[in-house]
Amino acid sequence: MRIRVDEEKCQGHARCYGFAPTLFDIDDFGLSRVVGDGTVPTELEGAARLAIANCPEFAIEELSD
Amino acid sequence: MGASTPGHPGARGEKDDVMTTTPPVQDWASDFDVLDPDYVADPFPIWDELRPRCPIPHTNRRVSSWLPLRYEDVTAIAHDIEHFSSRKIAVIPITGEEGVEPDPVLPYGLPPISSDPPLHTWTRRLLLPWFSHRRVESYEQMTRDLCNRLLDGFLAEGRADAAADYAQQIPVRVIAHILGVPPELSDTFTGWVRDVLEFADDPVRREEGSTGLINFFVAEVGRRKDEPGHDLLSELLHTEMDGELIDPAVVLGIASLVLIAGVDTTWSAIGSSLWHLATHDEDRKRMVSDPAVWPLAIEELLRAYSPVTMAREVTEDVVYAGCPMAAGDKVLMNFPAANRDPEIFEDADTVVLDRALNRHVAFGSGIHRCAGSNLARMELRVALEEWLRRVPEFHVAEGATVTWAGGQVRGPRSVPVVFR
Repeated sequence: MRIRVDEEKCQGHARCYGFAPTLFDIDDFGLSRVVGDGTVPTELEGAARLAIANCPEFAIEELSD
Repeated sequence: MGASTPGHPGARGEKDDVMTTTPPVQDWASDFDVLDPDYVADPFPIWDELRPRCPIPHTNRRVSSWLPLRYEDVTAIAHDIEHFSSRKIAVIPITGEEGVEPDPVLPYGLPPISSDPPLHTWTRRLLLPWFSHRRVESYEQMTRDLCNRLLDGFLAEGRADAAADYAQQIPVRVIAHILGVPPELSDTFTGWVRDVLEFADDPVRREEGSTGLINFFVAEVGRRKDEPGHDLLSELLHTEMDGELIDPAVVLGIASLVLIAGVDTTWSAIGSSLWHLATHDEDRKRMVSDPAVWPLAIEELLRAYSPVTMAREVTEDVVYAGCPMAAGDKVLMNFPAANRDPEIFEDADTVVLDRALNRHVAFGSGIHRCAGSNLARMELRVALEEWLRRVPEFHVAEGATVTWAGGQVRGPRSVPVVFR
């Protein structure tokens, strides 16, 4: 599973970070981006899906490789 | 945030308030009143009844205003900053807001919340680092200590007002710390802020509070230009934009915003959550015994009891979802109602502590997402953690009356509880 954050949509709600702090990095202005290339370890797939499903700006998506 | 509406006695949410002067609502679809005492006390059934038949009610009370109730409409309007400006954000028009003369003390308003790009963009960038999650972590211990000092004050009595004695005491002191208010002034400062926000319908207290705050800030801006500290006010005064120091009037606007946006909003969320836990034994017990549920539970309490409604001003005549919105109309961004929309949230009117699908917009949506959301979350979590650690069992005192304030910010004014 790979995910990405759409920087145009992210408004810094930080919900993703709440679910999976190791998958997302948030800058001083609150904007989120994926750590590394967005590959999600198997044990964090549930957390990643929660991050996708709870983002108020619909800014996180799963990439289809 | 100007919660209980200066000069409007109906804001108290007490049905028998003898001073209530506005005529009762006959038709909520065409004549709603967000200060109606029944609405302030319990808006949820009114929204549920309206949503299917009239999802965007209108009123001509005070000023022509629209009240979107569906998640889809609230978020769509929040993202359309071209037609819906943030230059007038008061749900209840503030005296003078409609005037042409700028406020002499705050000529730039309260940026970034009361502004559109470009002023919004650069002032928001100045403000956000103060509320990054890393910075907010550094405020956590002082918040926890503060909560415990408050609990120490009433624990032995076996009873307290969870709203007035606890919730309303926390955020203002955290914000004072961030702004660099000296600790010895903290009580005075808290008094001024409560006079403005909580006793807004008492003209003498309101005036005393706002005069105290304005004089304090103006004096501090003068002092910290020469003697800077490590606080928000000092740092903003010494920040350069395009090679020039920021206009102190903009700094004053930003500091005032931090104060009024970060106080009754957060105390309302804390107070509503404590009210919920005082009236729902199962949820209270679960939060005491199941630490794993906390991250979801905090978001669920924010969803179910979202305190804040912000207004937008229609910039040009536009028909939105069949509603003829005229330039100058207000749209009251009902984030609390969006968060109760059954199209989006299953069993929307029930608090489900472990709700996993919860795309709530308690902190708004789009470019005006609450800049202090990380701070508010931390304060809510720590306030509940410390209360429940030391007062795991409590309920509303027998015969006591719980009262609510509403309008721009909805939350309990008084929640008398006894411990057991």
